[in-house]
Amino acid sequence: MTEKLIPLSQLPEGGKGIISELEQSAIAFQLFEMGLLPGTPVEIYKIAPLGDPMVISVSGVEITLRKSEAAVVLVKQTAEAPLN
Amino acid sequence: MKPDFKIALIGNPNSGKTTLFNSLTGLRQKIGNYPGVTIDRKSGLWKINKEHIAEVIDLPGTYSIYPKQPDERITIETILNTGADTIPDMVIVVCDATSLQRNLLLCTQIIDTGIPVVAALTMTDVTAKDNISIDKNKLTRELGVPIVDVSHTTQKKIQQLAESVIQQWVNKKNNIVFYQPQHEVLTALKNKFHLNNEYEALLLASISTQLDTVEASQIELVHTLIQEKSFSVTKFQAEEVLARYKKIQSIINETVQKKDATLYSRQWTKRIDKYLLNPFWGYVAFILIFFLVFQALFNWATYPMEAINYLFAKTSEKLLHILPDTILTRLLAEGVLPGIGGVITFVPQITLLFGFISLLEETGYMSRVSLLTDRVFHKTGMNGKSSVALIGGLACAVPAIMGTRTIENYKERLITILVTPLMSCSARLPVYVLLISLVVPDKEILGFINLQGLIMLGLYLLGFVMALFVALIIKLFIKTKAVGTYIAELPIYRKPRWSNIAMVMIEKVKMFVWEAGKIIVMISIVLWFLASFGPGDAMQKAEIKARENAVTTDTVLINNQVQAARLNSSYAGMLGKWIEPAIAPLGFDWKIGIAIITSFAAREVFVGTMATIYSIGSNDNPDFDDLRNKMRQDINPRTGTALYTPASSLALIMFYVFAMQCMSTLAVVHRETKTWKWPLFQFAYMTAIAWIAAFITYHILS
Repeated sequence: MTEKLIPLSQLPEGGKGIISELEQSAIAFQLFEMGLLPGTPVEIYKIAPLGDPMVISVSGVEITLRKSEAAVVLVKQTAEAPLN
Repeated sequence: MKPDFKIALIGNPNSGKTTLFNSLTGLRQKIGNYPGVTIDRKSGLWKINKEHIAEVIDLPGTYSIYPKQPDERITIETILNTGADTIPDMVIVVCDATSLQRNLLLCTQIIDTGIPVVAALTMTDVTAKDNISIDKNKLTRELGVPIVDVSHTTQKKIQQLAESVIQQWVNKKNNIVFYQPQHEVLTALKNKFHLNNEYEALLLASISTQLDTVEASQIELVHTLIQEKSFSVTKFQAEEVLARYKKIQSIINETVQKKDATLYSRQWTKRIDKYLLNPFWGYVAFILIFFLVFQALFNWATYPMEAINYLFAKTSEKLLHILPDTILTRLLAEGVLPGIGGVITFVPQITLLFGFISLLEETGYMSRVSLLTDRVFHKTGMNGKSSVALIGGLACAVPAIMGTRTIENYKERLITILVTPLMSCSARLPVYVLLISLVVPDKEILGFINLQGLIMLGLYLLGFVMALFVALIIKLFIKTKAVGTYIAELPIYRKPRWSNIAMVMIEKVKMFVWEAGKIIVMISIVLWFLASFGPGDAMQKAEIKARENAVTTDTVLINNQVQAARLNSSYAGMLGKWIEPAIAPLGFDWKIGIAIITSFAAREVFVGTMATIYSIGSNDNPDFDDLRNKMRQDINPRTGTALYTPASSLALIMFYVFAMQCMSTLAVVHRETKTWKWPLFQFAYMTAIAWIAAFITYHILS
């Protein structure tokens, strides 16, 4: 458990976090509309085999986005990738 | 009976909106245009009850009322009625129960504009499996609008929806307001534009920069008002989303019960994704699936295509026999009919490709295709879904370009459309086969690799590499206002709804035949005219001369020679000679010029034209050996040496790898971009690349 904020794009596959803040931008607003609100738990569902884009789980739904877009979201990491 | 009112269908992508639209309207659908955007206006008629028929308008799927792409402003414009008489009397908002939270965001946004709303709940079969129960009566009370569960679109459910629609139509209002901004600018806008409320004023302010349908002076007015009072639209939008989600959370707490934490429907999806998004198995599946698609387009489709060609050729032949030999008969049998035949030939490929594309969409695999390949294509300004268009383009660019509709981002879609015809399609194959066999020896290198086959493979690779390269260049020059993100929901795997797939196939065929078809038939008539008529009596004179000079008594041979002479003195022949200076630097002569002009109809026509020019008859399947021998013997009058040297032949191949020699593709690009600008640009850049590539090839090799 760490208190440091990291960009959502840097969470590993299976990693979990809580959304802390979003940049002020059009992309951030679009994510905001998709339900990525501060305080919401988020999990990395899958990272595409070529390393980009990624799929995240938020409120029981999966959302696809490119890493450059995920970078506008800052999260507080709560769990490392689970050991499979 | 005429429709008495208009209903707009609004909902998230993949929310089941299209399924509902199809079951309400069936085959009574039609496709029209919105001014200024490339998206089609899909509408249909719904017989609500004995007294009323409604026009149902299927608006493009969207996650929020605020547009992210130029085309997405349709939703907001339709509701604000900035486009005159198109305002719907009410809206059915389709809400996917599996992500109710986000779907209610859009739903409450529409409710707050003041337009009467009925909510249609979908996917409750999935939530039921997940042990989630939704109290519909409570939800109706909390939302203040009627809710109908249409997860199974049975007659009874449609009946319920009809009753709710009539009820809201009479009511003319929604009972609850979720969010209304307050600001003097908004009040001023509301009064000025006669809007329902301040929320509509906020919507107007948010899209004022993109509106085409409002007069410029009016837009100016909105701008001055916003600037004078330093009004921030984005601040209100952020406040709005937060306020809505807060209310939605309390509604969900009241109405949705989850018995256990596991989402069973997603467990399956997660298990399948483990394989289909796996770095190894994911690509194995990808290759297998697309091999099947390619196989279908390349092999299965050829049987019906050949049957169609045969049927049209036979009918033309019959007509020429039965009807008196007049210009009208020939126009019909040699111009119009082959033109229509040329349109119909595409139907099998379009049907098959769209069958596959919509199957991939319906099952949810399309999003995975995109995930697997996006990184490569995104670098070139395209999208993972562009891979479907490029693979389809190996068979035929026409359905492939029509299939780019699945790419939501306008810029990515446009770039895909512009480069897809660079992929070597099946119509290039006969041209490649003829020309390669002309100059490349049929021998093995390293003992097992056939040289002709190797060159052929090289041509396919060349087309693909050029497509990526051109995309990379175009990406830098196309500027759009679109934000263009990848943000979307990843749908769960589902069983396909076959009726939806059938509807897509019918719709696409109709669209191609009626819209692109018109242009194709027109151009074929022009090409027929060019090849069948010449200035004055030039063609008759050429025919007489050919008969006089004939050294044989074989009537077939004489006929072939007459045909060649007539084509050479026709307008097409003149054009071929006229463009000779432009193609001479590539090692081509006027005869090749004629073939280039006639094969603008379709590339494979090149072979038939060559057969006519070299007097071996004009049928569709000329004797390749005979044609090859005649071509080998031909002398270039300018140089006095063989016309088809390896240099000039390979230059000609290069020309056909890159040139936009296909009127049907141009017609479809026009249909899909709704402008002549892009097809003309495409024609220009492809011809330029073709010329340069042929020039370089010719000069390096000779």
